[in-house]
Order: sequence, then C-alpha cells, then structure tokens
Amino acid sequence: MSPLFKSLRFLLPLFIFFAIAGFLLKGLWLDPREIPSPLIDKPAPEFRLQSLEDPARQIDRKDMLGKVWLLNAWASWCVACREEHPVLVEFARSSAIPIVGLNYKDTRVDGMRWLAQFGNPYVTSLFDEAGRVGIDFGVYAVPETFLIDKQGVVRFKQIGPVTPELLHEKILPLIQRLNA
Amino acid sequence: MDEPMRGARLHGLRACRAARIFAAFALILAALTFGAVAPVSAREAPEVGEDPAAERHMMQLAAELRCLQCQNQTLADSNAPLAVDLRQQIRELLAKGESDEQVKQYLVARYGDFVLYRPPLKSNTLLLWFGPAVVLLVGLGALYLTLKRRLARLDSAQSNPQVADAESARAQHLLEKEVEEGGLS
Repeated sequence: MSPLFKSLRFLLPLFIFFAIAGFLLKGLWLDPREIPSPLIDKPAPEFRLQSLEDPARQIDRKDMLGKVWLLNAWASWCVACREEHPVLVEFARSSAIPIVGLNYKDTRVDGMRWLAQFGNPYVTSLFDEAGRVGIDFGVYAVPETFLIDKQGVVRFKQIGPVTPELLHEKILPLIQRLNA
Repeated sequence: MDEPMRGARLHGLRACRAARIFAAFALILAALTFGAVAPVSAREAPEVGEDPAAERHMMQLAAELRCLQCQNQTLADSNAPLAVDLRQQIRELLAKGESDEQVKQYLVARYGDFVLYRPPLKSNTLLLWFGPAVVLLVGLGALYLTLKRRLARLDSAQSNPQVADAESARAQHLLEKEVEEGGLS
C-alpha cells in the first residue's frame, strides 16, 4: 500500500463529513413549502365558475384561450395576499396582461369588501367558494399565481406572494417570450 | 337476612367489582396497544360519512397521503381546511367507485409525488430506493477485502517461519520498550 493511499484512508471520514455537511448546508436554503407543481407545461385544468362580482356571469377556461394571462389565487382571510396586493395593483396598471383572480374559499361579501378597500387589479375574479377549482389547480397555500399561455398551458407557478423582483426577473421575460 | 346469604351476596358483589376493574384494565390495555398502532385515530365527528366501512377505507387511504398545509401530517390526521376538503374529495371519488390507485393519481396530478408518503420508483428516486443497499454492499465488500488481506498476511506469516520469527521478535521488542517507558497501563 502506498503511503499516499494510507494517509488518504485516514482522511476518508473527513471527506464523508464534508459530503454530508454539504448536503445539509444545501438543505438550509431549500424551502420545504415550495413544492414543484406537476401542472407546469401541462394544460390548465378545466373550470367553470361564477364571477365574484356578478353571480349571473360564468367564466370558463375557454374564455381565456388566445391570451397570456395570470391566475392569482387570493382570499380576504389571507394575510400574505394583503402584502402581495399592491404589487398586483401596480402590475395591472401597466396592463401587460390580464390578471384573473381566483377568490379561494371566501364569501362574496368579504371578497368584494376586500377589493373595494385595497383596489381591484383583476379583470374579474372567479368565485371558488368550495375550493374545488383550487384543488384542481393544486392550490395549497394562498396566494399562488399561475402564468397561463395562449393555448391554455400553465407555464409558471409562484407559491407565495408575487414580488416586484419576481415580476421583472421572471414573469415579464416569460410573458414576452410567450407573446412573441 | 341470614349469614350465608349475606356472605354469598357480598361475594357476588366483590366478584362483580373485580370483573369491572378487570374489564376497565383490559380496556385501557387495549386502548394503549391498539391506539398506538392504529394509524387512524383522529377524526372529526361532523364530517364523517354515513357508511362506517367506506369511512374506514377513506381514512386508511388518507393515512398514506401527505397534507400539503401541515406537511408532517397525513391527510387523515390533519385538521387543516385543505385536508378536510381533500378527505371529502377522496370520499366522493371512492363513492363513485374509483380505486385507491385512481384516487392517488388524482392527487398526484394536482400536487405531485409529494403527496405520497411512499415515494414511487422512478429515475429520480433510484438513489432513494437503492442508495442504502448500495452503501451496505460497498461496506460488505470493504469488509470482505480487509478480512481477506488480513487472512493472507496471517497465512504468509504462518507458512514462512522466518517472517513469523521476525514478527515475534519485533513484537517482543515493542513490548519491552513499552515496559521500559512506564509499563502497560
């Protein structure tokens, strides 16, 4: 056995330690709450819901075909939505693409009051009282935001609040590419 | 009341009480043993379905699925609103006659493999499934090689008296040195 190999043998536990420490260190920066959505690059699920503002109006998945659009799941009881809301209001002003709200497990009165109070960035909000459409979209923690292309395919999903950085670095370039 | 009768009644009472204590004890024991093993013990009264067998089936299935809202709980254990909704969804799907596998597929299509407590065998889970076995095999291999080398050294020492003598002389020398330096402590 060569002397080099012999000394390496004693260093082996140290290498193993570094390997394990490396994995654990990486784990520190992973968010277990962010679960990759299986919907990415798959057709958005079918839905047909009443509009929050007008129970007589029904909105269908087909209504949104031909447009790149954002679906933003929100609720009046959701604290993080409040934090996210001004960003969406600002984004809606630039009117790059329509934002459709998914009012998730809320009441009409609370939802409407919330929009009146904080502003309404949505072209309309789908009223998902039972949360069934939310389940079909794999919503598990509002706010969640989906970017859906002209063919109705989900291209991007954000779990948690949309931030200005995320909009400029990720969502806007993607919109440009999808609109091209 | 004459003496023997009273005695008999007392005896009966005592037996009755003993039986009751025994029953209570057995009940506690059963609760401790089965309560700890049964995965499905937490359920809510208001939303239990009508058919207890179907409900049991649903809870068994839900016990193998992860709640997305409180990620270290199963859908069966969790009281998060989403877990309640998903249990209802599972209940309905099962009532429609869908198999356990179809229900799992329904949830995987929406939330990904993360909902399954038993990870499926896929290309990206190969390491997870076979990693421990590979590590064990490598360890066994290393052990085998080490033992073989040691055996070979022993053999050569035994078959070659000169080497054996040299080795024992060296051992003797080392021992003496040790004694000189303060003994074997």
